Amino acid sequence: MQSLVIVAHGSHLNPDSSAPTYAHADTIRASGAFDEVRTGFWKEEPHFREVLRTVEGDEIYVVPLFVSEGYFTERVIPRELRLAGWDVDEWDSDGLSADQATLVAADIDREVHYCGPVGTHRAMTDVIVRRAESVTDDADVGEGFGLAVVGHGTERNENSAKAIAYHADRIRERDRFDEVTALYMDEDPEVDDLPEFFASDDVVLVPLFIADGYHTQEDIPEDVGLCADYTEGYDVPEPVDGARVWYAGAVGTEPLMADVILERAGDAGADLRGALADVRETTRVATGD
Amino acid sequence: MADSAPAAAADDDPVAPAIELSAAAFDALLAAAESLGPDERLRLEGVTVGLDAAGTDDAENADSANAGTANTADTANTADTANTANTADADGRFMVEIGDERRTGLDDRDLHEVAADHAAAVTDWYVFEHVVGEFGPRRAFLRWLEDADGETVARRYAALADGVAREWGQLRVTVRLTDRGERRYEVRHVDDADVPRTDLTAYDDPLDAREIVRSDERGRYRPLKTAPTLRRGWVFADLGPTDAYETVETVYPATVANWYREREGDLDVNHWRETMERQSGIYGVVKTWDRGESYHHVNWVAEACCDDSQCLKRREWEYDDETDLDVDGGDGAFPCREPCSLVVSAARKWTRLESEQSRTYEFELTPSEKAQVEAVIDAVADGRTDEIREADTKDDANRYRTRFLRAKRFDDDGTLGGVPTDPDGGE
Ligand code: SF4
Repeated sequence: MQSLVIVAHGSHLNPDSSAPTYAHADTIRASGAFDEVRTGFWKEEPHFREVLRTVEGDEIYVVPLFVSEGYFTERVIPRELRLAGWDVDEWDSDGLSADQATLVAADIDREVHYCGPVGTHRAMTDVIVRRAESVTDDADVGEGFGLAVVGHGTERNENSAKAIAYHADRIRERDRFDEVTALYMDEDPEVDDLPEFFASDDVVLVPLFIADGYHTQEDIPEDVGLCADYTEGYDVPEPVDGARVWYAGAVGTEPLMADVILERAGDAGADLRGALADVRETTRVATGD
Repeated sequence: MADSAPAAAADDDPVAPAIELSAAAFDALLAAAESLGPDERLRLEGVTVGLDAAGTDDAENADSANAGTANTADTANTADTANTANTADADGRFMVEIGDERRTGLDDRDLHEVAADHAAAVTDWYVFEHVVGEFGPRRAFLRWLEDADGETVARRYAALADGVAREWGQLRVTVRLTDRGERRYEVRHVDDADVPRTDLTAYDDPLDAREIVRSDERGRYRPLKTAPTLRRGWVFADLGPTDAYETVETVYPATVANWYREREGDLDVNHWRETMERQSGIYGVVKTWDRGESYHHVNWVAEACCDDSQCLKRREWEYDDETDLDVDGGDGAFPCREPCSLVVSAARKWTRLESEQSRTYEFELTPSEKAQVEAVIDAVADGRTDEIREADTKDDANRYRTRFLRAKRFDDDGTLGGVPTDPDGGE
């Protein structure tokens, strides 16, 4: 019996934090790729500490719904899941290349395939692009548009900046958008100066965050100048210094994220039973037909 | 009716409903019987099934091969083999034992007849072996719901026909029996026990419970799933066993798994000390709150957060494995095995606050005002502010009364009695 466990941060304060985790879990359940799909959280229940004991299967894939490698994926999750003998070297990662480690979870005395975070997977690049399509409601968006990928800089976590730059580079190589830039919240190039980095009239702004919350709903909109105070709200697109800014909100809420979760588990050896093609299709932007 | 419980006291035996044997249950029985080894028996209540090792051989052989295994806890042991003449079919592969009676050489049709006569026992076996399945927590929970490990099938079926209800936190789970021996489950809020189903919003997908548990009656987010603030007004009216378990799992995650471990005698409790020691990052500071000399601060945490009025889990963790807290762990059905993330977060805040030293302040308050301050703290701590009526100025925590106190006793900077909070720091 093959089980998928999606682990995410969750929140004590923000009810929307777990929404994307549940939504992607539902998409994957419907795909039939796993006999069982469970979710576990750091701040909600079931907690990381107890989620594995709710799992029935014997082939268990744990996928962290986090944007980058770092404190959570390297320390907190392995510790709380009680992955015996965990050592971050198991991943042999340069900060972007963590794939999977197979370890016994002492909590249940069964092997678990512990996967790298979704945010650094190459398929995540497609989700960022898909997010741009969703927010503009244009499946062919690109020409005449700039794209900014936004996240934390190195201050919080060196790998977080790496992941942002990685996806921005990959999108740029595709030559689809007129301009592609990685921007950061706490270092240069800073998201506050967004218009300086783009010549295009239209700029899609995609924050590399899993869930909407303080950063994506308050911080970034105010920093970019979409609004003076987040409680006022803003339009999509919203004019900022002569450009039209299409603010996408957290990329993690994009339905195609389910695909990255599947890819992670597939890379770790899960039999996806043809679910990948299904999920890519069912989460597609419904334009152009 | 209760023909499968011959030894039970007939007088106060409840009336078990007539059960129709489903094809699925019989097919499962047939498959299970076929896969038995020569000396293995499938023991259901009131009937034992085996392979007739002798096949077409004489009954003597079969008897000696089976000797000693026919102990279905029945007392009377007369006429042990007297009825083996019942052999129905020389080609039959099966043998059954019903009380003292042994029948050999039964073919599929004969076995079906026996199974139909014992439909209650067969369907009961089928439900737990094949529908509920092996997974320990789910199986134990669903058996517990109908007291399957404590009561006979006949008695249970009689009770289940009317519906058997159990509480799990604020859930009321009712099991009912269909006339084919299947179980159907209903899950609703305990306080809605007597509300007609049609007055409740009906759900059938266990995952829909995520929406129900998200916020309380007043729409406020519930960060702790086991807080006694589950809202009312909904019902999962007709669930199968797996969905019933999943609904409970969604409302109270991992509570069944932990309850099951506790029943099995291996609940892994992590006490306060070790849990705080494990924390890192922004929570690493909490370990400094423990200074070895006392655990009163943890009593206060438990009283603040883990009391039954705040959380329905029964706190099993203590200060450490040698030092119990002085605060009662509560009466919850399911255990709490370590301080939860909410408590760890709050402890981080308290670690900061409790590093301050007490000071002596001097205020002027009338006796009633002092009592009023206490009442206001109680009202907030007990979540009672909403219940205090607007014009009920007799209540010490009434809003007008509290505003009056503020008008009288606070200075323009909002400082009680005009006494600065930090006289040295200056504001
Ligand atoms: S630590 Fe206390 S509040 Fe938290 S789940 Fe356990 S009993 Fe409830």
